[in-house]
Amino acid sequence: MAEEKKITTDEILLEMKGISKSFPGVQALKNVDFVLRRGEIHGLVGENGAGKTTLMRILTGVLPKDSGTIILKGKPVHIENPRHAQLLGISVIHQELSVLPNLTVGQNIMLGREPRSFLPFLVDWKKLYRASLEHLQRLNVDIDPRTPISELSVAQRQMVEIARALSFKADIIVMDEPTSALTEKEIESLFSLMRSLREQGISIIFISHKLEEIFSIVDRVTVLRDGALVGSMPISEVKTEEVVKMMVGRELGEMFPKDSVPQKEVVLSVRNLKRGKELRGVSFDLRRGEILGLAGLVGSGRTFVARAIFGADPLEEGEILIEGKKVHIGSPQEAISLGIGFLPEDRKAQGLFLGLPLSHNIGITGLKRLSLFGVVIFRKLKELALNFVNKLRIRTPNISQLVRNLSGGTQQKVILARWLSLKPRILILDEPTRGIDVGAKAEIHAIMSELAKEGVAILMISSELPEVLGVSDRILVMHEGRIVGEFTREEATQDRIMLCATGGANNG
Amino acid sequence: MISEETLRLRRVNWRIFFRRYGIVISFLLLCLVLSLLSDRFLTWTNILNVLRQSSINGIIAVGMTMVILTAGIDLSVGAILALTCVVTADLLQKGLPVPLAMLTGLALGAALGMFSGLLVSRLHIPPFIATLGLMTVSRGLALTYTQGRPITALPASFDFLGAGSIGPIPMPIIVAGLIFLIGYFILARTNLGFYIYALGDNPMAARLSGISVNKVILFVYALSGFLSALAGMVLTGRLDSAQPTAGYGYEFDAIAAVVVGGTSLAGGEGGLFGTLVGALLIGVLNNGLNLLNVSALWEGVVKGAVIALALLLYRAVK
Repeated sequence: MAEEKKITTDEILLEMKGISKSFPGVQALKNVDFVLRRGEIHGLVGENGAGKTTLMRILTGVLPKDSGTIILKGKPVHIENPRHAQLLGISVIHQELSVLPNLTVGQNIMLGREPRSFLPFLVDWKKLYRASLEHLQRLNVDIDPRTPISELSVAQRQMVEIARALSFKADIIVMDEPTSALTEKEIESLFSLMRSLREQGISIIFISHKLEEIFSIVDRVTVLRDGALVGSMPISEVKTEEVVKMMVGRELGEMFPKDSVPQKEVVLSVRNLKRGKELRGVSFDLRRGEILGLAGLVGSGRTFVARAIFGADPLEEGEILIEGKKVHIGSPQEAISLGIGFLPEDRKAQGLFLGLPLSHNIGITGLKRLSLFGVVIFRKLKELALNFVNKLRIRTPNISQLVRNLSGGTQQKVILARWLSLKPRILILDEPTRGIDVGAKAEIHAIMSELAKEGVAILMISSELPEVLGVSDRILVMHEGRIVGEFTREEATQDRIMLCATGGANNG
Repeated sequence: MISEETLRLRRVNWRIFFRRYGIVISFLLLCLVLSLLSDRFLTWTNILNVLRQSSINGIIAVGMTMVILTAGIDLSVGAILALTCVVTADLLQKGLPVPLAMLTGLALGAALGMFSGLLVSRLHIPPFIATLGLMTVSRGLALTYTQGRPITALPASFDFLGAGSIGPIPMPIIVAGLIFLIGYFILARTNLGFYIYALGDNPMAARLSGISVNKVILFVYALSGFLSALAGMVLTGRLDSAQPTAGYGYEFDAIAAVVVGGTSLAGGEGGLFGTLVGALLIGVLNNGLNLLNVSALWEGVVKGAVIALALLLYRAVK
């Protein structure tokens, strides 16, 4: 450890001074300073809308700044566009990966700079693959550069992006939520890669919502709140609670507020659900007023359980009982009419209508109740939307705001509002707080707790163990399409769940 | 500080204004140019003429707008128009009462559209392919059905739809106007309209929100077929003749009107106001080329160039 520390020199690589930026109606950044040293991993944290992304967009030339200066390696620079930033040695690994799926790994790494053959319009493929292999080897990554991207996992694609960044001789790499789609194991290997980059003198700006990760990897942390700098310090000098406090500007009561509700009658029973390799016989009961956590690694079949119950995927075998009666659920409509709601894991791809107003997004599922002979009664729609905007404290200038323009946490509340407006008996939440900030997270947990108290049965899928442990009354653990463990709130610990989820425990 | 803020807000408002009404500005510019070039352009007769000539494309474009809003496309409109109008005309000549023959024709159009709707929703065939197939089949059926000959001399009460008028206003304009109003109402005010936009915006989310995606798709294609049949009747009435080659290339005019009107081919964005202006722009353009005696051989080139220019102008301010 001591050796690693030494590599972080005090040489200042990048200095952003007094950066300000405003958009119509919002001041996104107010006079922000940011200092990056050579060979450090620098965590950038803050709630959604705090200005992290805006600051990074200015650094990478995507957005122009209103005022302020950027000094790179001692010289003031004016970064004109992303390409220019790349040439200056600043590369970004995006939250949503930006590799081209139909090209090979090598083509992606060398994109736009393909080595030429004897004629200027012919690509020298041998050279291209040799060069890209070198970049991959530098990362110690074992991927054949001739593989098409579409055959790689998300983690591998990320490695390709990093290799691409290095091929530009990047000395600053910005990573925007790089871990959000990775499994624990993949995160570990990403982290060791980041450490080896640091040893090579490359500086990494690491944006993450997961403070655990921040504390395990970064050297320094900078906290932004509402577009302003709150503080920047070596990570060894702060504690998690202090950082949270800096981010939200207030003390969060309990991170996971959960009142225990007395266990009541069974609302939903599933018996022996089977579907290919994804579900190999899943059975469990869900009770009124209960929050049942469904843990497991990515790919263990958790989402398929949810989709099967909601009628989104057909079942090969098994039965579903609601309040003791056997039901057939062939489509989401049938599930909805039985009082089931489903918040999907990828809110942008599966949940939201980004180009439609907030009110429509909330009202769409219950539209029949808001209309007469198929004609929408706008007054009712407006009342409904306003009601939920107030109830769930949805931060929006007005109810006709396009959902695209809202922050992640707010968007998640919009989908929640959609389901709550139907007063469901059973609510399935797949990763309800993925990628949203600490404040909104706590609010969503509070809403869940409130719903459980009102008697709604909640099945929550989550990859974040602290969340599963903090929110659930009972926890099921899945592994390879089966339920391999069940714990009460009192029994459960992170270690026991992880052991089950990785297949370490005997089938119990 | 405050003044700077309001200034900025005003600039944004302009931008939204142009995005929404840019095509109107292009349209008005074109009208201005034509009225300067020809003194016949801004006469009452000519305006009615333009409106009447735009009405058939307008009727088809209403259905096309809804199909495109769901991120689909309907290439079969022109061929459906031909097939339904020869069938209707044949039934009329065989002595079927006018209302019955018309209903049969309209039902046939809706059924044909529904067929592509089924291909798209149930069998997941890309709309482009499904409707391209239906276009070829329908056109072929229209030709075999009539042996390539037009059917003429139809009852006057049938011709009224295309050739008659109420007061000074020709019937085609009234029909097109009504169809636009009904279409606008469906899109802006009804559940169905909400579902159409939602489906175009995000089909996966639409399904998971409990929207009967298949029914919505079926509806838009059926409507498009129905409106093609209706447009065919207007055309047949005006010409007093049903031709198996009628409606050739109408799909392109309809798609042009929709796209020029700002509806996104990716679905979920746009609407009928834009389509109305788009259809009128194309109508005015055709009319202007006539008035200015542009050679028919050059017509396509000039038309394409002006449409591209109108779009460019409107993207530039956007």
